[in-house]
Amino acid sequence: MFRSHILVCGGTGCTSSNSLKIIDRFEELIAQNGLAEEVKVVRTGCFGLCERGPVVIVYPEGAFYTRIKVEDVDRIVSEHIIKGRIVNDLIYHEDDVKKEDAPALSEIGFYKKQHRVALRNCGVIDPENIDEYIAFDGYKALAKVLTEMTREEVIDTVKRSGLRGRGGAGFPTGTKWEFAYKSQSDKKYVACNGDEGDPGAFMDRSVFEGDPHAVLEAMAIAGYAVGADQGYIYVRAEYPIAVKRLQIAIDQAKEYGLLGNNIFGTDFNFDIEIRLGAGAFVCGEETALITSIEGNRGEPRPRPPFPAVKGIFGKPTMLNNVETYANIPQIILNGAEWFQSMGTEKSRGTKVFALGGKIVNTGLVEVPMGTTVREIVYDIGGGIPGGKKFKAAQTGGPSGGCIPASHLDTPIDYDSLMAIGSMMGSGGLIVMDEDNCMVDIAKFFLEFTVDESCGKCTPCRVGTRRMLEILEKITDGRGEDGDIEKLEELANTIKSTALCGLGQTAPNPVLSTLRYFRDEYEAHIYEKRCPAGHCKKLARIEIVADKCKGCSLCSRVCPVNAISGEIKKPFVIDQSKCIKCGACIEKCKFGAIIKK
Amino acid sequence: MKSIQELEAIRQRTLNTINMRKDNQNTRVVVGMATCGIAAGARPVLLKFMDEVANRNLSGVTVSQTGCIGFCRLEPIVEVYSPDKEKVTYVKVNPDMVGRIITDHIVNGKVVEEYTIGYYEKNNK
Repeated sequence: MFRSHILVCGGTGCTSSNSLKIIDRFEELIAQNGLAEEVKVVRTGCFGLCERGPVVIVYPEGAFYTRIKVEDVDRIVSEHIIKGRIVNDLIYHEDDVKKEDAPALSEIGFYKKQHRVALRNCGVIDPENIDEYIAFDGYKALAKVLTEMTREEVIDTVKRSGLRGRGGAGFPTGTKWEFAYKSQSDKKYVACNGDEGDPGAFMDRSVFEGDPHAVLEAMAIAGYAVGADQGYIYVRAEYPIAVKRLQIAIDQAKEYGLLGNNIFGTDFNFDIEIRLGAGAFVCGEETALITSIEGNRGEPRPRPPFPAVKGIFGKPTMLNNVETYANIPQIILNGAEWFQSMGTEKSRGTKVFALGGKIVNTGLVEVPMGTTVREIVYDIGGGIPGGKKFKAAQTGGPSGGCIPASHLDTPIDYDSLMAIGSMMGSGGLIVMDEDNCMVDIAKFFLEFTVDESCGKCTPCRVGTRRMLEILEKITDGRGEDGDIEKLEELANTIKSTALCGLGQTAPNPVLSTLRYFRDEYEAHIYEKRCPAGHCKKLARIEIVADKCKGCSLCSRVCPVNAISGEIKKPFVIDQSKCIKCGACIEKCKFGAIIKK
Repeated sequence: MKSIQELEAIRQRTLNTINMRKDNQNTRVVVGMATCGIAAGARPVLLKFMDEVANRNLSGVTVSQTGCIGFCRLEPIVEVYSPDKEKVTYVKVNPDMVGRIITDHIVNGKVVEEYTIGYYEKNNK
């Protein structure tokens, strides 16, 4: 027995800010002080508050230490671990206001409104120890379905729970299971889509890293329900920690007989293998993913036939997203009614969001469906740094759209996001403030899809490139009358003619920014002006004559000799030469040079 | 693993060691471990508590330490917090007393009067 557990985040975020060295130092000091029998150091998955990483939690007190450096470990051990005194100045305090008492974890604004179902074990258990997963009711749901439930009952429970696919499109999960169940075949497969392509989302990675057994258990349950004995997890090779922990988890589950033949003494057999993806966005599309698992180049094919009829190696395949699976064991254990009690009428349960962009608490949060954008951005996310004004939030990454300030109080669920021209997507939520140019944002996402287009169909391969060219023209100040209309025409054509989800959704960022920020496009085209002051080529740097003392400092720093004038008289900038580098603004001692 | 019983056994065994990580209403045994407590012999007491809790396979009991409780002359001091009950403070605790505190108080809910601070103060004036 240990009297104290030191939990150190071993997710990708904290690992890259040195959490492994922190673990080593803890272990070293604990051994030195002869505490190895009393204190246990555990490397967990992600706690969610990545902005504050590396994160360390010491139990039983639940002391929440953030932004810990290797040097801080000595103090935590000598004060907290040896003498039982919490090191208050290393504890996380909201708004950086130091208070007498360390706040309880559940009282912190970031955690207060969260409700963790898919992430319930992330940051709590050691993901490389199957016993800890079992301790928190792990594999109990699998035992329940195998010994007490028929296949139809399992499917019915998932159906009644109202769970919808967390990969983005929101297809009812139970219905998908039923399709695969009804398909007649000598062999069926279950697959897990862990090809998290949205550059702003990392919840799937966190589930793999923090609670890999939850996915394995859910896949086995799905295998039983649809009649499959083989599962594939498709995960990106660029997630090395996730891959390693998944493999450890699979090995442990096999050793315990929780995967393999005759699980729990029944005649149910199930095995899982990992397939590594090379990091192509298109492989998140189900038919491309299946093609890639088969060992071919990842390209989509037309549907139907849907994977539930004809999937991996031509056999019926049931494919779900990582987060979808992570909900399954809880639904089986607590019942469909329990899951229904969370969320909104058409979107039950919770959703994980990856907060990024201009927001204080960058990280991973899980909230009930129907939580408003405002609650996520301000109450949980801590608002926008520097007191800047909220402009929009982009959900769904390159396939999604933006939510403007006027829709801050929209409850987030599949249908209400669709109604305002965005989409749930994988759950990336990028916050933008007044300094972001919406035309530039649209261009950024389109650059991504142009890069990632697999090239199989013309609308996507050629169409998105043409759109990008128009956007580049606009942000370069060469936009002309009719460009917006051309963008809209292209967007609508691509949407209705592209082969797969990648192409069909690629125009979304453009369409949604046009819908809410058309004035910004128009300002770029007709006034040759970027309202956010972001687009370099449209910026104008000018010298305010009243303020200029004629010191000549600016003309000497200008790399292209665009500034000239007579000493002690106001200088002027030759706009045809100026490259808008801003060097003169930095140098001017009188604040006489401004960017428009 | 061929049965649910085996799964349940692993669950119980591991849960006892890790349930301190969940916010739950446990019985907490807290040992004062500032310089004064350590000098007075708090560490063997703490270790004895940990051993006893582990050996008896008690679930829902956490053993932890705290800083100076204030009564340095009565160290080692052990405080027992039970859900919905008043805190009980034991003073001048040595490892031999631990067994009784566990059996009488933690398992059976009967406070060991003669080890408490009130009893000590009354009889040592």
